[in-house]
Amino acid sequence: MAVSEFANGTGSGAALTRKTWISRVGITLRKRVFASPDMAGLNIALLLVLLWIVWKMIDWAFVGAVWGADQAAECKNATGACWSVIAARHRLILFGLYPYEEHWRSTLACGAIIATVALSCLPAMWSGKRLAALWVSGFAAYFLLMEGSLLGLTQVTTDQWGGLSLTLFLFASVVLLGMPMGLGLALARRSDLPVVRGAASLLVDFIRSLPLLTTLFTAAVVVPILLPSWLQGDKIWRVIIAFALFFACYQAEVFRGGFQAIPKGQFEAGKALGLSRLQVLGRIVLPQVFRHSLPGTINMVVVTFKETAIVIIIGFFDILASANAAFGTGEWAPYYMEVYAFVGLIYWSFIFSLGQYGEYLKRRMAVAKH
Amino acid sequence: MPMSCGLISPSDVPKGANMDMTQQRQRNRQKRIVVQAVLLVLAIMVIFGAVSSARANLEELGLSSGFGFLERSTGWSYSFSLIERSIDDTYARTLTIGIMNTVFLGLISIILSTVLGFAIGTARDARGLGVNAAATVFVQVFRNIPLILQLVFWYAVLIHLPGPRQAITMFDVAFLSNRGLMIPALNLSLMAGALVLAVAVAMPFLMRWLTAWSASQRLKAWFVTVPVLLLLATVATRPEGAPLVTAPQLQGLRFVGGTIVSIELVAMILGIVLYGSAYIAEVVRGGLQEVPKGLVEAGKAVGLNSKDIWFRIKLPMALRTIIPPLGNQWIFIMKATTIGVAIGFSDLFMLISTSITQSGQTLELIGILMAVFLGINYSIAQLVNWLNARLQLKAH
Repeated sequence: MAVSEFANGTGSGAALTRKTWISRVGITLRKRVFASPDMAGLNIALLLVLLWIVWKMIDWAFVGAVWGADQAAECKNATGACWSVIAARHRLILFGLYPYEEHWRSTLACGAIIATVALSCLPAMWSGKRLAALWVSGFAAYFLLMEGSLLGLTQVTTDQWGGLSLTLFLFASVVLLGMPMGLGLALARRSDLPVVRGAASLLVDFIRSLPLLTTLFTAAVVVPILLPSWLQGDKIWRVIIAFALFFACYQAEVFRGGFQAIPKGQFEAGKALGLSRLQVLGRIVLPQVFRHSLPGTINMVVVTFKETAIVIIIGFFDILASANAAFGTGEWAPYYMEVYAFVGLIYWSFIFSLGQYGEYLKRRMAVAKH
Repeated sequence: MPMSCGLISPSDVPKGANMDMTQQRQRNRQKRIVVQAVLLVLAIMVIFGAVSSARANLEELGLSSGFGFLERSTGWSYSFSLIERSIDDTYARTLTIGIMNTVFLGLISIILSTVLGFAIGTARDARGLGVNAAATVFVQVFRNIPLILQLVFWYAVLIHLPGPRQAITMFDVAFLSNRGLMIPALNLSLMAGALVLAVAVAMPFLMRWLTAWSASQRLKAWFVTVPVLLLLATVATRPEGAPLVTAPQLQGLRFVGGTIVSIELVAMILGIVLYGSAYIAEVVRGGLQEVPKGLVEAGKAVGLNSKDIWFRIKLPMALRTIIPPLGNQWIFIMKATTIGVAIGFSDLFMLISTSITQSGQTLELIGILMAVFLGINYSIAQLVNWLNARLQLKAH
């Protein structure tokens, strides 16, 4: 291998400076496509298949698509997508049953959550206090705008929230509630009191071996039987708390990994300096635990965003339910593909970008370690 | 930054520094016992409160608790079962069918996702540009969209397929229409099939116990014995004069012969396998990347071809890192079967939730659901631990 590279001139210093992008493409192709006849055949075939799929999708989504139809009937003869269904129904998909005149509030509220997530990605925000302040204020902004009565706007109760804004609400409240719960569980699992340790381990292992749907269903249907009526509260809050508990049990494991990465000597050094246990925890241990568990935490946040889609099953009008409603009625019924593509794209862009960010952080931290 | 810590003031020095050591220890012990006792009492009080309010709430609804309802017949029907079913079935039988459906769907999905995931994970690790790009696109598409959205999408696509007369055909052997997937089937009775399955499962253990064959010999023996047994069982138990294999054929408006896989099951398997294999592919890629480069180069140096390098060096080494997260994915797939309720596939969760609406025995039924999932996932975890222990021993 090394010999052939040298013979091709890539190894010599003079050639390196004169290397154009064409020669670089040539080298890549030689190494990664034409290394052997078999490999060339397989790779070219797969590239052609990929190109064909991409072309088919462009053909469907753009070339043969209808954009400006007012009536579903105008899409009958289209060979591609009928995006008019999105034009006609995007308000329903994004905001659900929220009152039409108040949609600007829903838009702003969604913006607040998205901004909160985006700001959390900035390294400048990475301290426990700042993140907590950011998430609490982002969530408060969302809630005040959506509910409205405290800002002197028309009151809109939670049962009218829906679509993307409900999905974002569930997501933000689960992360906000679940994060401190997860830290609490992780600390409880490290406690030197056997009762506390045992109870926390039991809870974490129990919730982790049940499907999320079972936990949420229990909160929605079973908990009202176990609680006296004055303690039951709204179904949406019961489900959010159960979802947060689910998040916390997984997040506790992520934090546990972070705790394990800290050498025992640091605890002892803190103790030897005469710091109290709380001081050792808050000033020495936790800042490092958060740092170590950052990639895992981002992964959990991404997973949580994906899993919120499941609430449609227990009867919430989230973005998936509003998508079903968008094409469910008469005239737009044939265009389910367009609606699912639209919702899929929303989910995909959120999840993909957060996931790529997590990968980037992981690489960055791996470099920092060496 | 909270990292910085200030100077220590005299008040931070532990108060009991000059107290007698044994006295302090005793006091600590007493404090610990009191704290834990208070917590235990609190927990017991919460449980008692829940039980008593449950009793009050159930009384108000006029419901009796207990498992007596399991003997009553249900009076309702559902979409899928491996064995005969009717609306006169008892709750016990219906729930048993639910467990069978969940385990059946879970096992098929686990096997298919693992095979596909290993193939795609290997492709993600491969050097070839086309292979790599195709695998990357697959993973990034199917991993980054919620499973339930993919599931309802596939279901919508399947129910919008043409009817049986215009069915999409694959070489006139299998047919896909809005009624489901029609595939050829062995003319095998259910009992005989179950028997062959039992032998197939027991064989690896029997061979290890009774023979001194190598792993590859045992694998070969298994792959010869099981098809032969299947063939013999079919010959022995098929109806008089019937062919060994029946293929689906269009007669009038519907298909006759073969076996039909309902669209709910097709959508479930399609959705879960695409999503699950994208995740498993990432696990496999991670494992393959952990294999030290020197080992692969050593393989090349002793003249192994690329197939041998993969099977004898990369895979065995990578499996050690792959198995634990792979086990988590298997458990995830088992749990994911519960979303079948979104498209009307009668898995255990759907049958439990229907039973709850029909019978009102909420607490008992949720208890059964939880117990079954704890049992299934515990078994998978044990299997993974066993696999892991074996691989760790062999590696060094």
